[in-house]
Amino acid sequence: MSDSTQIGGFVPRDRDWQPDALTPPYKTSIKRSPQAALLSFPSTLSEETSPVFGHNLIGKLDNDLIHNYAQAGESAIGPRIIVHGRVLDEMGRPVPGALLEVWQANAGGRYRHKKESYLAALDPNFGGCGRVITSADGTYEFRTIQPGPYPWPNGMNDWRPAHIHFSVFGHGFAQRLITQMYFEGDPHIKLCPIVGALKSAEAVDALTALLDMHRTVPMDSRAYKFDIVLRGRRQTSFENRKEGL
Amino acid sequence: MTQNLSYLKESPSQTAGPYVHIGCTPNFAGIKAYGGDLGATMKTGAVRGQEITLKGAVFDGTGTPLRDAMIEIWQPDAAGLFASANETRGQADPNFTGWGRSAGDPVTGEFTFETVKPGAVPFSDGRMQAPHITVWIVARGINIGLQTRVYFADEPDANAQDPILIRIEHQNRIPTLLADKTGDAQYRFDIHLQGPNETIFFDI
Ligand SMILES: [Fe+3]
Repeated sequence: MSDSTQIGGFVPRDRDWQPDALTPPYKTSIKRSPQAALLSFPSTLSEETSPVFGHNLIGKLDNDLIHNYAQAGESAIGPRIIVHGRVLDEMGRPVPGALLEVWQANAGGRYRHKKESYLAALDPNFGGCGRVITSADGTYEFRTIQPGPYPWPNGMNDWRPAHIHFSVFGHGFAQRLITQMYFEGDPHIKLCPIVGALKSAEAVDALTALLDMHRTVPMDSRAYKFDIVLRGRRQTSFENRKEGL
Repeated sequence: MTQNLSYLKESPSQTAGPYVHIGCTPNFAGIKAYGGDLGATMKTGAVRGQEITLKGAVFDGTGTPLRDAMIEIWQPDAAGLFASANETRGQADPNFTGWGRSAGDPVTGEFTFETVKPGAVPFSDGRMQAPHITVWIVARGINIGLQTRVYFADEPDANAQDPILIRIEHQNRIPTLLADKTGDAQYRFDIHLQGPNETIFFDI
């Protein structure tokens, strides 16, 4: 098999690259970060398996946030964009059948949520959630409006850069990942304490989508390309088994 | 100069934030979508084995329950088989998904999973592990999803042989991984992010 679906132990997560639990400028992390060392073990079947999501799960408008909450004949307000890319593993193999669930604020930076306190207006035609499953070659795309930046209670005047939240299911529960996609050129990226949890400029770049004029639809939508990388599996017949087994 | 290994880097994690429920449990968040929330039901018909209810909550370092978390569990069926495309050992119970997702109660933060007692599955070297459920927790303030395991306090013999539990240096922390039996087929598993009862979290 040339994709990442086969069984095999997972490569350890690079904790020098991934954010730490405790990042004090992001205040909520202070009381929600474990203090003890993580318990490290090679993956077992419990982490190497994962639920299966079929393409038949996905409704016609699930990957169209411009229309999936809109009244018939109407659409969400804001800059129309296509977000597309590939889901790969660390070995560069495509991950087909990966489930991506996305959520975001509307064009004014307002979420459709009862705990939301930003005074920007709701868009009656925008719900803010969508989902898509990757194709056989690991590619995906969805259509949405570009979300706005928004203020949040952390420092006195902190604003999140415009972003789309992604939840990703690959083929092993060990690959489970939630992250955020940012937009090239957003001046809030380098001011944000949540982005600041990332340990390097390279890590920030890995979450910053580029404008992709090759996929823009003239007179309709611009496009941004966002690739996602999940943990890789070893591919070897020399797995760790007791002698004689 | 040398050659380059040219592996890719895993996408960096970012917090799920306060609005994870919009994306992952939209119906719970008041947005009608998808004909229901994924992971809300683990049983799609009559299941094999012992049906159990697993309840608990996630507490921060001050002892306050998280009311904006999302908890997922993943486990084998009663025979120890996973409902996964990667399961090669046999056919798992077709009426059991093995995967549950809960937003928790908006006031108390308590999560509830209606599931089955899992069967045992082997460790990477072939030895059997004690029955357990894999747990994954995300929330505002959690920069990268936290993974832990539910073992069962009423499986002392299996727990005493478990290849992971026996290797834990601080044996006095093992109770943080044990679900207590609180009634007939009822179990409780509280998760403490910090403090004297901090749950053991895994890097696996
Ligand atoms: Fe957000």
